[in-house]
Amino acid sequence: MSGPRTRIPAAPAADRARALEEALSERELLPAPLMDEIARRLEHDMRPQNGAKVVARAWTDPSYRARLLADGTAACAELGYSGPQGEYIVVLENTAELHNVVVCTQCSCTAWPVLGLPPDWYKSPEYRARVVREPRRVLHEMGLDLPSDVTVRVWDTTAETRYLVLPLRPQATEGWNEERLASIVTREAMIGVARL
Amino acid sequence: MDGIHDLGGTCGFGNVEVERDEPVFHEDWERRVIAINAIGISVIRAFNTDEYRHSVERMDPVHYLSATYYERMLTGIATLFVEKGVLTRDELERRAGGRFPLAHPVVHNPPDAIVASETARYGVGQAVRVRELRPAGHTRVPRYCRGKRGLIVHVARRFSFPDAAAHGRSERHEPTYHVEFTAAELWGDAAEPGSTVLVDLWESYLEQA
Repeated sequence: MSGPRTRIPAAPAADRARALEEALSERELLPAPLMDEIARRLEHDMRPQNGAKVVARAWTDPSYRARLLADGTAACAELGYSGPQGEYIVVLENTAELHNVVVCTQCSCTAWPVLGLPPDWYKSPEYRARVVREPRRVLHEMGLDLPSDVTVRVWDTTAETRYLVLPLRPQATEGWNEERLASIVTREAMIGVARL
Repeated sequence: MDGIHDLGGTCGFGNVEVERDEPVFHEDWERRVIAINAIGISVIRAFNTDEYRHSVERMDPVHYLSATYYERMLTGIATLFVEKGVLTRDELERRAGGRFPLAHPVVHNPPDAIVASETARYGVGQAVRVRELRPAGHTRVPRYCRGKRGLIVHVARRFSFPDAAAHGRSERHEPTYHVEFTAAELWGDAAEPGSTVLVDLWESYLEQA
């Protein structure tokens, strides 16, 4: 029996993943069509472009914005965005005085239906360890300098709430339609490590 | 457990590196592994989400930090399938053609002593303190906020208590609270000015301040 500290290198992760899949498939525990369907859904249906549409709608429709801030889960579902890791969505509104940023220090939870699967930087030990303790420094390193009179709220996703940051609408976008507005909303802005 | 996964506030890490135009998956096996995880939890119900999280937390710390997110996922779910008697490590290693590291076993510490209340005890604006709980098993209280005092800003709906669910205990549901802590309360003289941290905490983790 070999433990993880052994000097023998582990088999490549791709080979270990194949071994696990083959062993489970042989026991008829992994229906192949379902495997493909789940992977397709996670990769192509759950995307940050969904959240961008939510944000653009909130910027252009005051009653939707009010519904979104009151009940994020229902307002996202209104546009068709719901599902795993989106069971209880709370929307965090950025203002001139307040900036919100989201992290999951213990694993890597995010609101999949509106943000998609989390990017590597969000899952990195660097981000998870540092942003709760030195948010301004981390944001500065990531290219976001916040004025000293802006309060930073860091939200640690430790339970079942999933957060979506509602960024400030850039001033130079007056008169833009929803589609054009959605095209400038990034995942990074909806996690809170960027401003638009 | 006070494990390697509980990274919040740990010093010594470098800059956060952002990959431009990052693909959802970097390698094909990653999408297969997340699909196996989803099937394991939701379709064949071989394990629940809390057991899954705990299996990753039980990885050897050296392996945990050196593995990617999807390698951690692979290691956690393989560990659970072995622990539940569906597969054996020997079979996995034979099929993989090499060593297949798994997580360390559960150190069981029944969470029954952590008492929950029937209805939401706390309200928005109320001051609470995070209990100094140190279970050897799964918990979702980050170390950095234990013993600290904060204010409740939101009461979320009731959710299954993970400390129980991760260890096969009967499911129980309690409210979770968004609790806001000042940076000075959490980080003392290292606190950055003008920032707060909000932690989402099950009722059993809290006491009146």
